[in-house]
Amino acid sequence: MTIIILLISISLTIALLFLGAFLWSLRSGQYDDTYGPSVRMLFEDKSSKESPKGKVGK
Amino acid sequence: MKSVDSSVAIALTCYHCGQPCTEGSFEWDEKKFCCYGCKTVYEILSENNLCEYYSFDKNPGVQLKHVNEEAYTYLDEPAIRKKLLTFDSASYSTVQFSIPNIHCISCIWLLENLQRLNRGIVKSEVNFGRKWISLSFNPKEILLSEVAKLIASLGYPPQIRLEGEKPQQNLTTKKLITRLAVAGFAFGNVMLLSFPEYLGLDRSDTQLQFVFSYLNIILALPVIFYSSQEYFVAAGKSFRQKQINIDVPIAAGLAALFLRSVYDIVTHTGPGYLDSLTGLVFFLLIGRWFQSKTYESLAFDRDYKSYFPLAVNKLTDKEWQPVVVYELRRGDVIRVRNMEIVPADCILLDHEAYIDYSFVTGESKPVHGKSGDLIYAGGRLLGQPATLTVEKITTQSQLTSLWNSDAFRKQGESKYKKIIDEAARKFTWAVMAIALITGCYWYFVEPTQLWLVITSVLMVACPCALALAAPFTYGSMLRAFGNNGLYLKNADVIERLATIDAVVFDKTGTVTYGAADVKFIGDLDDQELGWVKLLTSSSTHALSVLIAKSISIIPQAPVESFKEKPGRGIEGIVSGNSVLIGSASFVGFHGQLEDISTKVFVSINGQIRGYFQILTSIRPAISNLIKQLEGKTVALLSGDNEADRERMSSLFPADATMLFNQTPHDKLEFISSLQKKGMNVMMIGDGLNDSGALQQSDVGIAITDDTGVFTPACDGILKGDRISSLYQFLKLSKSAALILKIGFGISFFYNFIALSFAVTGHLTPLTAAVLMPISSSSVVGFSTLAVYLVARSLHPEQIKS
Repeated sequence: MTIIILLISISLTIALLFLGAFLWSLRSGQYDDTYGPSVRMLFEDKSSKESPKGKVGK
Repeated sequence: MKSVDSSVAIALTCYHCGQPCTEGSFEWDEKKFCCYGCKTVYEILSENNLCEYYSFDKNPGVQLKHVNEEAYTYLDEPAIRKKLLTFDSASYSTVQFSIPNIHCISCIWLLENLQRLNRGIVKSEVNFGRKWISLSFNPKEILLSEVAKLIASLGYPPQIRLEGEKPQQNLTTKKLITRLAVAGFAFGNVMLLSFPEYLGLDRSDTQLQFVFSYLNIILALPVIFYSSQEYFVAAGKSFRQKQINIDVPIAAGLAALFLRSVYDIVTHTGPGYLDSLTGLVFFLLIGRWFQSKTYESLAFDRDYKSYFPLAVNKLTDKEWQPVVVYELRRGDVIRVRNMEIVPADCILLDHEAYIDYSFVTGESKPVHGKSGDLIYAGGRLLGQPATLTVEKITTQSQLTSLWNSDAFRKQGESKYKKIIDEAARKFTWAVMAIALITGCYWYFVEPTQLWLVITSVLMVACPCALALAAPFTYGSMLRAFGNNGLYLKNADVIERLATIDAVVFDKTGTVTYGAADVKFIGDLDDQELGWVKLLTSSSTHALSVLIAKSISIIPQAPVESFKEKPGRGIEGIVSGNSVLIGSASFVGFHGQLEDISTKVFVSINGQIRGYFQILTSIRPAISNLIKQLEGKTVALLSGDNEADRERMSSLFPADATMLFNQTPHDKLEFISSLQKKGMNVMMIGDGLNDSGALQQSDVGIAITDDTGVFTPACDGILKGDRISSLYQFLKLSKSAALILKIGFGISFFYNFIALSFAVTGHLTPLTAAVLMPISSSSVVGFSTLAVYLVARSLHPEQIKS
């Protein structure tokens, strides 16, 4: 019988950890912009290869 | 073959913004552009190797209306800087701008690569959902005004507001999600721990039962004290205001559920109803979250102040310096430039100026002001810059007082008996009566059961499904409307829409619209029309723009000695021919013409060749719409003169009221006179001049052809091309009310079944746990599906029109 109580306390602890993780991610602003990051990762970072030219850049 | 087809398509639309090149095209780099602005943006991007911009989305650009080079200079004023910057040091500053134009992947890419355009910008990050850009820059290398100018020059003019409205996180939504997450967590675990009970535990397992029950209480604590907190607060508030709303029975039910469960568990008489409790809160919060999600996308807090300039140039010690508008005092000398709004009532110092008061009066023709004339705030200056003396400061000006008038606050909001509140009131009384009657019955039959039965009644009477019906019905309806071009402020508006029996139209911009009908009466050949186009396209006057737009010939000829005489006309020499375009007196026309529509005369080499007649065109869908509105009172209000009376009478039924030369105040009075007759009035208008009437009416809808432009505070925004569906929207709002009532019926049906268990004393935790989710989900499913089905009627109309 004690094994069930042990298992349940473990499962509750894990569930609580996940709840905490969700609340942390919510507060740290991970859901503020759900569209931007998904496209941002597709942009290639060319700025390191080509130096910007033109009148305003260097 | 294919390549030929695509080249035709490219030839017709602008490479930058994708708009059709109706006014001829500009060519650059073998690409076509619809206007000079689009071409310039492309030039900047190609010079800086940023043409990748065009690879993410097709024609991602935004047509650039006009960028006033000096429009942002005031941002460098220390007082303004301080208000705008979120962080400021000698070599590092951060600022956040709201940019309504952000709309696609390319926008994100370009705005996040600003550092490639200017080294002063350190980092920029776009929040797509909220349409904000967060910029960090080095103030030693680039001024704040230059940052704003840079973004604006790319077609993303930032919207700058000083008062409040600092881009900040939406805290209320976050709190709601936290509450929802806690409730969901507790719900899942309580269900899990309640399960053994339902399956049947042995007598020998009492220890286990004990542990599970107390764990359930612990899990339910944050739900009752944190997640459902708002329901208790709202119920307390409604008690204090002596108005019973839906939160009262909900709070009573939740409290009964919790107390009864704790009692059952502590006295070992039962497992309690904690799974029902947590489930209930979870479902209720989902309803709230859905509601807030629907409203989030609609930002309605724009007001006229965001269209006022924030700063103007003031004369101080023989020098023009930008100052914040609020710091203007009577007697200050200010200078207003072309297309800027006069920020205060002023007296004109210059010889003459042209003011467009269409915001204030609805009159589309600019007013000619002479030296010493009073110029009212809200007018837009056209043409040459003007010097003015401030007479009355902004807060006192006519426009602001119009806006601050009590009529503009919707006291009416509370007068509507919301369907939901009325249902809740009846419901609450019914529940109390049932609880009392069963209480009396059990008191005489079996007094020991009294409290158990009464709590059971309160528990199952908790109108969870009832509370869900409204947000899901109206929320889905708001979305359906939004998809079809009508953006309403909130769900109440749908309820009010259903009761409308009078529709009042504004003329300019609503019945008629900007795209004017320009007819040339007289005799000109194609080459000569080309000359006219050349001249008129060099001028920024509203009429010149309309005429230039109406001529599709793209001429190539040099223009010499071009002159613009404000208020009179334009002249120039094209291929050796002297061309004059302007008013009758300007070209020397002395004849008599009967009708009073706007005319622009053309004279070539001293000979009058005819005139352009300019008529604003009537929206094609209007006549059909007015026919559909038969049975409702229809009226037309216009700030313009009676020139259009005849055209309008053919549109409107004979008994419709048509009033011309109406001031904003007259319009407001007219609406309230209708309301005094007991009618529910819908006003459809545009512009600030209608704002009083829009606010006074029961439902004020602003028409707009370009969602980016000025929309006064109103109950809803309707896209100009969807005005044809207005009647459908009215019908749908009625269907929404019906769907809501059926939803209530379903929820009452379940409540009735549950009550029959409760009053007889047979409500077991299992019955409660089964009935509760079934009733909630069937109501939610029904209302969402029903709205989806009725809203489909909007689409065939779209194909027809």
